[in-house]
Amino acid sequence: MQFIEKRKWFYIFSLLVIIPGIISMFVQGFNLGIDFKGGSMLRYKMDASVSAPAVTKTINDLNLVKEVSVQKSDNEFYIRTNELTQEQTKTITDTLKAQYKSAELQSAESVGATIGGELIRNAFLAILVALVLMLIYITFRFEWTFGLAAVLALFHDVVIVCGLFSLFQWEVNSAFIAAILTIIGYSINDTIVIFDRVRENLRMKKKDALPALLNRSIMQTMNRSVNTVLTVLMPLITLLIFGGGTIKVFVMTLLIGFLFGAYSSICVASPIYYEIKQRG
Amino acid sequence: MRKNTSIAIIASIIVVVIGLAYFTARPILNNLQLGLDLKGGLHVVLLADEKEGQEVSSDTIQKAIGVLRNRIDSLGVKEPIIYPQGKNRIVIEIAGINDPEQAVNIIKNTAQLEFRDENGKVLVTGKDLKDAQASPGTGANDASVDLEFNDAGAKLFAAATAANVDKPIAIVIDNKVVSAPTVDEPIPSGKAQIHGNFTPEEAQNLAVLLRSGALPVSFSIMEKRTVGPTLGADSLDLSVKAGIIGLIAILLFMMGYYLLPGLVASISMVLYSILVLGVMALMGSVLTLPGIAGFVLSIGMAVDANIIIYEHIKEELRFGKTLKAAIESGFARAFWTIFDSNLTTLIAAVVLIWFGTGPIKGFAVTLSIGIIASMVVALTFTRYLLVLFADITKKNKLYGV
Repeated sequence: MQFIEKRKWFYIFSLLVIIPGIISMFVQGFNLGIDFKGGSMLRYKMDASVSAPAVTKTINDLNLVKEVSVQKSDNEFYIRTNELTQEQTKTITDTLKAQYKSAELQSAESVGATIGGELIRNAFLAILVALVLMLIYITFRFEWTFGLAAVLALFHDVVIVCGLFSLFQWEVNSAFIAAILTIIGYSINDTIVIFDRVRENLRMKKKDALPALLNRSIMQTMNRSVNTVLTVLMPLITLLIFGGGTIKVFVMTLLIGFLFGAYSSICVASPIYYEIKQRG
Repeated sequence: MRKNTSIAIIASIIVVVIGLAYFTARPILNNLQLGLDLKGGLHVVLLADEKEGQEVSSDTIQKAIGVLRNRIDSLGVKEPIIYPQGKNRIVIEIAGINDPEQAVNIIKNTAQLEFRDENGKVLVTGKDLKDAQASPGTGANDASVDLEFNDAGAKLFAAATAANVDKPIAIVIDNKVVSAPTVDEPIPSGKAQIHGNFTPEEAQNLAVLLRSGALPVSFSIMEKRTVGPTLGADSLDLSVKAGIIGLIAILLFMMGYYLLPGLVASISMVLYSILVLGVMALMGSVLTLPGIAGFVLSIGMAVDANIIIYEHIKEELRFGKTLKAAIESGFARAFWTIFDSNLTTLIAAVVLIWFGTGPIKGFAVTLSIGIIASMVVALTFTRYLLVLFADITKKNKLYGV
């Protein structure tokens, strides 16, 4: 297949996903979870017949919290509020227990706003340092052009996933961070395997023109690229089917990340490498 | 002859691996520390409230940790994790408790006990206590806490009661007046009792707090996560089940697609899983949901190492090489591919261990262990097995060519 010749189509596809995401990031921002902006999240198990608005009303009637949003999935109720004290949590739990049959507190989380800021700062710093070190390693083992292309492809994946999260207003929590990290780990690994083949082909005596060589390298590693992403998806799909409520969003993020990671390694990384080579 | 030896070695390797899996599964699962999100429990970050002229030193924090440890031990929980973070914070992690909310109540109170006279002058403090015990009382809210002072405290208390006969003495805990009984006569015995409409449970908590002493400064809760044990167990059972089914799906796919090498990969993957989980159990690292993500990713990379090797071998076979030669040069070429791709990911993982906290760290630790184990297993064990199988059969068909 002519990946390099058809690269425009891949660019168009990527931009079609990236641009709405970036616009959304600026216009509506992110749906930050309590891990990032502070607040409390209480999780109750209650009779499935209880409705979310009814629970919202019960809590509002207490005149205890400033903001409250109740989300329901089957018999699980997620209640998000501003940061609650220990006593306030207890009052809410006691009230719900009195009002609704079999109400049971499953988990309670409260996070101060400062912690969230630190989490973001640490994560950013960590990712930045990791990117620089990977760039150095790839430059040392390959060539700086490969390093730059790999890191740009990685950046492409991260922007896409962040964009989708903003677009659909999925909650950004610490699971989201883990998912982003997984994507970085996978995508770079995937890209390096293809670049390794390019490096091997570049060392051969009889060399093709660069576009043909890149196409051949991608095709030679295609079996491996597809099979690897398939095997990674298998445990994820089983987790999606059997896993509990909390883990589902997390697994969805991983799934999207792996798919775009595989896509960018095959369709984006090598074309970017080609662009850099053309200009360098 | 050689063929028979190889068959014998392969058979014993399979028996050993299966036996290893069978006998280590229990001990590994029992020793594997599960995170709070899986097991249920409590995670609290306390921030020391700094007041003017009262700086929080590392000594203060160490003292507070000692007090907190005493209090938590009184709950009868196993191995609480308590450590300082930064200059003025304490992190507490307690796994597997039934009522995490109750534990928070024990932790957060400063428990500064004071006896004050009418004018608000402090007469005796909790510093001079020797013991505090709850007594259940008869009615519903009739429980009380019996105090016993040490020698110095008993002297102070005797003097205080002598000076305040027929006057009230206020019993103040954390600046709240719990009760203010009137003194009938001086009390030289160094014993006192606090009544305050306590339920037996409240009296029990108060006794614990007073026994373990007051915190040197007051703390506020910066972050708190409690997970009930049922939720933890639900998530864990489901995740383990999903993990096993996912692993089986991978093995079936590998055997279906890569045939004989796929079988080798399956044996390697079982060994790999024992190795990763075993190392985690030995290191005492904590498995959390993000940790499971790291494990899933590392399984993917371990399978990937196998796939890279087999694709190279297939290619070499198509070039017309003999099986043994194809395995040799396939491995030689795959080595640097696997090395470079895994090392790049390992760099990222190590950086995350260094900078990350909480969920990020859990993810990165599992991933790092996984990457190293995957390289070791793929480049030694898998290779050895493949060579053994090559002694038995040389049919290219079995290698998918």
